[in-house]
Amino acid sequence: MHFTKDHEWVSVDGDIATVGISKHAAEALGDVVFVEVPEVGKTFAKGDSFAVVESVKAASDVYAPVSGEVVEANDVLSTAPETVNAAPEADGWFAKIKISDASQLDGLMDQAAYDAFLATL
Amino acid sequence: MSTMNTVGRPTAPNQVDSKPATLTGGRGLLQNEALIFEGDGWGKTGVDLPEPKTDASDLGDLVRKDPIGLPGLSEPEAMRHYVRLSQKNHAIDLAIYPLGSCTMKHNPRLNEKMARLAGFSDIHPLQPISTVQGALELMDTLAHWLKTLTGMPAVALSPKAGAHGELCGLMAIRAAHEAKGEHEQRRKVLVPTSAHGTNPATAAFVGYSVVEVAQTEDGRVDVADLASKLGPDVAAIMVTNPNTCGLFERDIIEIARLTHEAGAYFYCDGANFNAIVGRVRPGDLGVDAMHINLHKTFSTPHGGGGPGAGPVVLSEALAAFAPAPWVVHDDNGYRLIEREEDEAEQAFGRLCAFQGQMGMYVRALSYMMSHGSDGLRQVAEDAVLNANYIKARLQDLMSPAFPDGPCMHEALFDDEWLKGTDITTLDFAKAMIDEGFHPMTMYFPLVVHGAMLIEPTETESKAELDRFIHVMRLLAEAAKAGDVDRFKGAPFHAPLKRLDETRAARSPVLRWSAPEGSNQAA
Repeated sequence: MHFTKDHEWVSVDGDIATVGISKHAAEALGDVVFVEVPEVGKTFAKGDSFAVVESVKAASDVYAPVSGEVVEANDVLSTAPETVNAAPEADGWFAKIKISDASQLDGLMDQAAYDAFLATL
Repeated sequence: MSTMNTVGRPTAPNQVDSKPATLTGGRGLLQNEALIFEGDGWGKTGVDLPEPKTDASDLGDLVRKDPIGLPGLSEPEAMRHYVRLSQKNHAIDLAIYPLGSCTMKHNPRLNEKMARLAGFSDIHPLQPISTVQGALELMDTLAHWLKTLTGMPAVALSPKAGAHGELCGLMAIRAAHEAKGEHEQRRKVLVPTSAHGTNPATAAFVGYSVVEVAQTEDGRVDVADLASKLGPDVAAIMVTNPNTCGLFERDIIEIARLTHEAGAYFYCDGANFNAIVGRVRPGDLGVDAMHINLHKTFSTPHGGGGPGAGPVVLSEALAAFAPAPWVVHDDNGYRLIEREEDEAEQAFGRLCAFQGQMGMYVRALSYMMSHGSDGLRQVAEDAVLNANYIKARLQDLMSPAFPDGPCMHEALFDDEWLKGTDITTLDFAKAMIDEGFHPMTMYFPLVVHGAMLIEPTETESKAELDRFIHVMRLLAEAAKAGDVDRFKGAPFHAPLKRLDETRAARSPVLRWSAPEGSNQAA
């Protein structure tokens, strides 16, 4: 699993990246009450806002950690946004993106680097 | 610290808590109150209307066949319902209301008296101009004060709230770029991470994409990051000053210079103008557009107390694009510039049907004139002094988010000091309700963890600040001493206990439906 500084995670299987927000992000947000997942077929550039997550405390954009086309969105989140809190790095995934530039993954952190990054916050 | 003398009073507070329980479930003056739809007032009416002379209607098939479902109440019933509800709520007329970035301050009664003068309160926006010369003169005078206080050459009075003012400002900026033929290339608006949520929302609403600007360690705009993001594709920046961390943007002049150098405009969110009014003129800082919340800085009612007003001052570069209407004065008296064929050919249009919130104009000008320019300067000074007093008196127990240097009109704490207590910012805020205070702003700005943003405003006396600080210290000590129960279920003494905000947001009930078994029409 790879992580961004904005607390998104990416799990890669072939050329498909599953994307979500990290456990740290879910905890910081508090109870998630609304998630807007992207439409299938939409393309995003790395760093674009591709989803919105809203908790009792705040509404935040979720940024695409890699460029590509959305091939599947986790529609469960629209009716059960609490899934993000229950399993942020598993069932609470946001979308699957067909990666257009695999080299972008090199710029992301692995678990150890991300944990070290969190320790600096 | 003086405490209330309760010894020997004939009406000393009863220390026995709700024992024996009352038969109604109410507690003394705090009685339970049903929704107005759930009373027994059906079939009654508070006024006698004459029977219509005819049953004929022009509506044909559209005539309503079912009852409309409105409750019928006598005048005392309606009055009591709303007075009882008001007694369950906090208000600035009851105690300090320290919401950060909202500037909940006293609304002087002189303002109210002025607003009720018949020449201001009983006029109609469509009556002949010759009959409302006084009202127009008041608008013109208010415009003059706003321009003078901000050092800006033009003002649009009509926006009806801060966010509406932001919309006005960005539409003027868009119109200016369109006039220069640069609108197509300038599609971005830069907004710092600590901004009010309305800033990016406004930019998006006007059709711009929003780019975040980083913050420095000490809570200001990161100028290097800003400079790296400015360019020929940027339409504007939106910066709040003092910012939402309660800090003055010390690089504001450099920010304005870089912005203008890149061909963009500088929108300043004037929500916190209260902290600098009479001391700093935003026009001197290089601001191109700024809204002024009359309901914050100039003490018109705020937060359910009445309509807002968010006039926007504009720089020379944007003045021509100001929306209609505005007041002009010549030998024939005062008149309104309303239409494009008048002198408003570059105006981007108009933001509301008529002239804006007349009642708020009267209140704001009343506040300005009763203070005078020296009094308004003292408003800013006292607002800043009060916030720094709170910060100084609480910083040994609570953790200031930016401990170095003074703050402006707001004292910002994070939740570092609650670490290990199992008590959250939310729990702490709820316990404040039990002690009779409205909580401060929580979890905003987002850049500060567990933020508690306290804005006392200038209208609180030292005695009231001391009372607030005393209670805050008691609560903070209780939290640190592990008195978790005091916080976890709080509020215990409010008319409604801890609400399930998560469930309310996840499954909101947006329509009232008649209680089961009732025969009331929906």
